[in-house]
Amino acid sequence: MSFTLSQLIPAIPEVFVTIMIAVTILVSLFLGEKHRNATFYLTQATLLICTLLTVNIFHHQTQIAFHNSFIVDHMACILKVFVYAMTFLSLLYAQPYLRGTELGAGEFYILTLFVVLGMMVLISAYSFITLFIGLELFSLPLYAMIAMQRTAVTAEAAMKYFVLGSSASAFLLFGMSMVYGATGALTIPDIQNAVLLHSPTIAILGLIFILAAVAFKLGAAPFHMWIPDVYEGAPLPVTLILASATKIAAFVLAIRLLVNALPLLTNQWQHMLIFVAILSMLIGNLVAIVQTNIRRMLAYSSIAQMGYMLLGLVSGIGVGFGAAMFYIIVYAIMSLGAFGVLMLISRTGFEVHSINDLRGLNRRNPWLAFMMLLVMFSMAGIPPSAGFFAKIAVLVALVHVHLVWLAALALIFAIIGAYYYLCVVKVMYFEEPEETSLIEINGLGKQLGISVNCLMVLVLGILPTGLFQLCQAAFVGG
Amino acid sequence: MTLSAYLIVSSILFGLAIAGMVINRKNLILLLMCIELMLLSVNTNFIAFSHFSGNLQGQLFVFFILTVAAAEATIGLAILMVFFRRQHTISVQEMNSLKG
Repeated sequence: MSFTLSQLIPAIPEVFVTIMIAVTILVSLFLGEKHRNATFYLTQATLLICTLLTVNIFHHQTQIAFHNSFIVDHMACILKVFVYAMTFLSLLYAQPYLRGTELGAGEFYILTLFVVLGMMVLISAYSFITLFIGLELFSLPLYAMIAMQRTAVTAEAAMKYFVLGSSASAFLLFGMSMVYGATGALTIPDIQNAVLLHSPTIAILGLIFILAAVAFKLGAAPFHMWIPDVYEGAPLPVTLILASATKIAAFVLAIRLLVNALPLLTNQWQHMLIFVAILSMLIGNLVAIVQTNIRRMLAYSSIAQMGYMLLGLVSGIGVGFGAAMFYIIVYAIMSLGAFGVLMLISRTGFEVHSINDLRGLNRRNPWLAFMMLLVMFSMAGIPPSAGFFAKIAVLVALVHVHLVWLAALALIFAIIGAYYYLCVVKVMYFEEPEETSLIEINGLGKQLGISVNCLMVLVLGILPTGLFQLCQAAFVGG
Repeated sequence: MTLSAYLIVSSILFGLAIAGMVINRKNLILLLMCIELMLLSVNTNFIAFSHFSGNLQGQLFVFFILTVAAAEATIGLAILMVFFRRQHTISVQEMNSLKG
């Protein structure tokens, strides 16, 4: 059980980010106001180098380090790369906005790197301790980032998120302690192979608490109350990260805790997840219809989308988990695209809130309107977009395990959901703008970023095979 | 003392904390205290299980939880300060500008 330096190899990306956080803090301290952009470029470079490191240290075989508490497998590698990409694009869109506000100082970028580090640890976690540390490491900076603007609204959003998020963490810990009591182990492989020491009741009780915490972190009903408030109240740059990258991290939390750690209780969590999924789709889709605030609408739509994603887990088979992973990646791309368009329309001192702010966007910037149209079509699940393919994959997995009634129900909810997505398209294309001034996007990088981001939705819809097979390989025979 | 005695105490603590969060409408600091109480009841659980099964990992976990709880309390209080400066109150009922 001795420690050698070679054991560090799987964790090189994490070590690198930690070092870069320290460097970025020092750089932002010593370079004054004039060189504010330096921290931005350092952060982006860190994310790019991390992508290279993560891809290069992965040799298509699972590596486990630190006495079974750290794992680099197919899923971890793919999802980490997507987390870097999401954060990279979020910062790219947010940078001009950040420069104009007090968020623009180095702290925002440093906290973002901490969030990324937390998500990396969470994605690679293979024991309850690492899972918990990763989860807190990405949650705590997010609470701070929401409150950074120091207005009444952001403080309220941060407070709500903090109180509910911390109690969700406490629920998770309570559940973990129950599972620990029932199995006598804290690392995931040990729990997986454990014979339940006491009656399964304790483990099932623990599972209920764990499931509540997972549903909270995913933002699935009935633990969704914070999502609309936080999406609306948080500064848009934080919402960008919250709506894309953290969803991926929450998905990993679900996979590690339910699929990897507690396969013994599959039957129990399947039943609980069916309830959570149906409720999420119902509440998300129905409440989204009446929203006039686009950020609240997207928040409720995210609740509904999490419901569809959970259907993949409900199936309880590898194909379904792969489909859920594909779904969460596609959702993160779509969500980033939608909030990215809102971010690019917003300027310092003006944040998009109402759906009416998008009125006649087609006249003011046809390309952005088209990008938003692609994303909305994809979220509604209209072919040939990626959202359509992702939904199909999840429903096919359900049919595989003879849950046809659930697939049919999901389909009905999807049709209801199409209404409010298409409303946004209607507002953008067929209504007269209040302001007729053109919206310019300064900088080739942002134009390229949002175009790649949104066209990806189309490309993944037409040619989903590559990514889909990667996702499947993570669970089936990988 | 048996294992179940410890479990009952920790469950009561956990339940009290949840009740405190639900009932309390006046004071945000009470919410922070309830969160700490929840984490401490979890620690009791871990230590009891660890002691009675002779497995030290649970006690190890408690150190991590204590550390994180301290960090969490710091951030919570910082957000509370910002909230108080803007609203001049720490009442839970005043947190109502975001809804719809």
